[in-house]
Amino acid sequence: MLDAPARRKLVEVRGLRKYFPITAGLLRRKIGDVKAVDNVSFDIFEGETLGLVGESGCGKSTCGRVILRLYDPTAGSIRIEGREIADAPQSDLRELRPTMQMVFQDPQASLNPRMTVAAIIGEPLDEHTTLSKAEKLARIYELMDAVGLNRNYANRYPHEFSGGQRQRIGIARALALNPKFVVCDEPIAALDVSIQAQVVNLLEELQDRLGLTYLFISHDLSMVRHIADRVAVMYLGQIAELAPRDDLYLKPLHPYTQALLSAVPEPDPELEAHRRRIILTGDVPSPANPPKGCNFCTRCPKVMDICRQVEPAFREVEPGRFAACHLYSETNETAGPTAAAEARKSIQQGV
Amino acid sequence: MTEASGARVEAAVRPPRNQWWDVWDQFKTHKGALVGLVIFGAILFAVLLGPFLWRLDPTYVDPNPVNMLKLRNQGPSLAHPFGTDQLGRDMLARIMAGGRVSIAVGLTAMALSLFLGTLIGVVAGFFKRADGFLMSMTDLFLSLPLLPLLLLMVTLFREPLSQALGTETGIFLLIVTAIGVTSWMHAARIVRGEVLTLKEREFVLAARSIGTPSRRLVLRHILPNVMSPIMVSATLGIANAIITESALSFLGLGFPPDFPTWGRILFDAVDQMQLYPLRVVLPGVAISLTVLSVNYIGDGLRDALDPRIRGR
Repeated sequence: MLDAPARRKLVEVRGLRKYFPITAGLLRRKIGDVKAVDNVSFDIFEGETLGLVGESGCGKSTCGRVILRLYDPTAGSIRIEGREIADAPQSDLRELRPTMQMVFQDPQASLNPRMTVAAIIGEPLDEHTTLSKAEKLARIYELMDAVGLNRNYANRYPHEFSGGQRQRIGIARALALNPKFVVCDEPIAALDVSIQAQVVNLLEELQDRLGLTYLFISHDLSMVRHIADRVAVMYLGQIAELAPRDDLYLKPLHPYTQALLSAVPEPDPELEAHRRRIILTGDVPSPANPPKGCNFCTRCPKVMDICRQVEPAFREVEPGRFAACHLYSETNETAGPTAAAEARKSIQQGV
Repeated sequence: MTEASGARVEAAVRPPRNQWWDVWDQFKTHKGALVGLVIFGAILFAVLLGPFLWRLDPTYVDPNPVNMLKLRNQGPSLAHPFGTDQLGRDMLARIMAGGRVSIAVGLTAMALSLFLGTLIGVVAGFFKRADGFLMSMTDLFLSLPLLPLLLLMVTLFREPLSQALGTETGIFLLIVTAIGVTSWMHAARIVRGEVLTLKEREFVLAARSIGTPSRRLVLRHILPNVMSPIMVSATLGIANAIITESALSFLGLGFPPDFPTWGRILFDAVDQMQLYPLRVVLPGVAISLTVLSVNYIGDGLRDALDPRIRGR
């Protein structure tokens, strides 16, 4: 992954924020914000898979949805293929929709129960192409073949399928317009383990064949290790660490990532016996009222005084590795000005 | 794969069949709906084509007073199978003629109130900005005393409409509009509630991520899924409209007195109900049968339109 910066950036996200207002009282006055996504920046290179992991409620899904403009961002910029879409009107977005698509978490809820499979997969074609009926049907069959669905099922309804098959329908729909960028919003979370592997392999195979770029949102760390090229770890609306997959799993930098990875079970029983879990105490603070300084300071085992005062910057700690933690900003400064300057020069992403 | 199974797969791959055939297949399995369809068909046949077969004038009163008095309040006979009313008019002819008006009023008023209710419900549920205003309006209409409002509308607009469009068409339009605009509120509330829950479902989000504009989103994803409650309020709405029209006619504010409708016939007979019960029973049965059969048709249709129930 070291040659990653040389590749073309497909998606650039800078300073993305999404706040949901909290209203109360008779007049529905705004009394605060839920900071679901708070100052997030990253790039996704063409053809790669960026895994986005984090615990429930940390803003992963919101982040994915904001990037596709299913929610309007509060602030920040989103560029897809160099086009700014953060403040584009819906009519302009409609033209861009074919390049960016989404696979949803719950395959049951993301398919209209009153439409046949053919109608569901054909909907994007109805919206964006002027194919004749026969051409459309041919394309639908082609897509069903691509995701491994029997053509005979075209006239059936979603409730007649198993979870894995439904997810295949969702994937076929996302692929109908030949997108470049697909946001997979926990596509395997609602599936059985055996089916999870099938769906993930299908996604990988489609990526190889069609040159897709994924933003793969998941809370399943081992699955992300399997599919992602680079991994971003989110905590409370912010990215704690972003690194190439192998580096991240081998040597996590951010204390939160260390704690998260220490929770992954080890298949080797001997290693498992010696595995030391870092057990975090306390709960995740409310995103409506995040702590001062570092978001993780209330639970961090390595917390320092500065963590409670100053918010750490999200910066490149090692080439290609980014983290938002005071532990590393210190070492950077003590390592000498040259190293820091070099690091700054090679910053390709981050704020 | 063997050749035979390959051929079988190819044969089975057909272009998607028109979904209305599936709906009809399911509808056929609902016995009550089929019976309802037959009965409603028979009633429609009777009121539309009956007057051409049974050629007595429903408004004919014998000009000779002696004959008229003799003909009054007769029981069933060959000359008058359903008997005669208090002015000696033939009941069968009156019920057929009255049914035409009552069913027309019921269907049209129901269609109007459903259209209004669905439109307002969907707009209020789907577009947050319109919600407050539209729902306040719904509450306002719900809190209005309906009968005085109907009376006011009828007294205000009856004359100008009769003059402009002719007595019958004018009053028909007036009554249909009056019933329609005063009975859409329940449908609107139910539809709004359904739309609010549907709007948050992921398939709506999925359609949005495809780039489906709001208009088609509503038509393709929201409306088919609120079909069930709409169907239910539609079938109940017909009954309601027929009965409201009866009430208006009874108060002398509907159609003119000599113009037969089921409600009118019923109320004409109520004074002498204990002496001549048949004259109450006949229009009553006609109204009940219509309402019941429509209810069952609606029930069957609702089941048939839901693919999750279909084929079970």
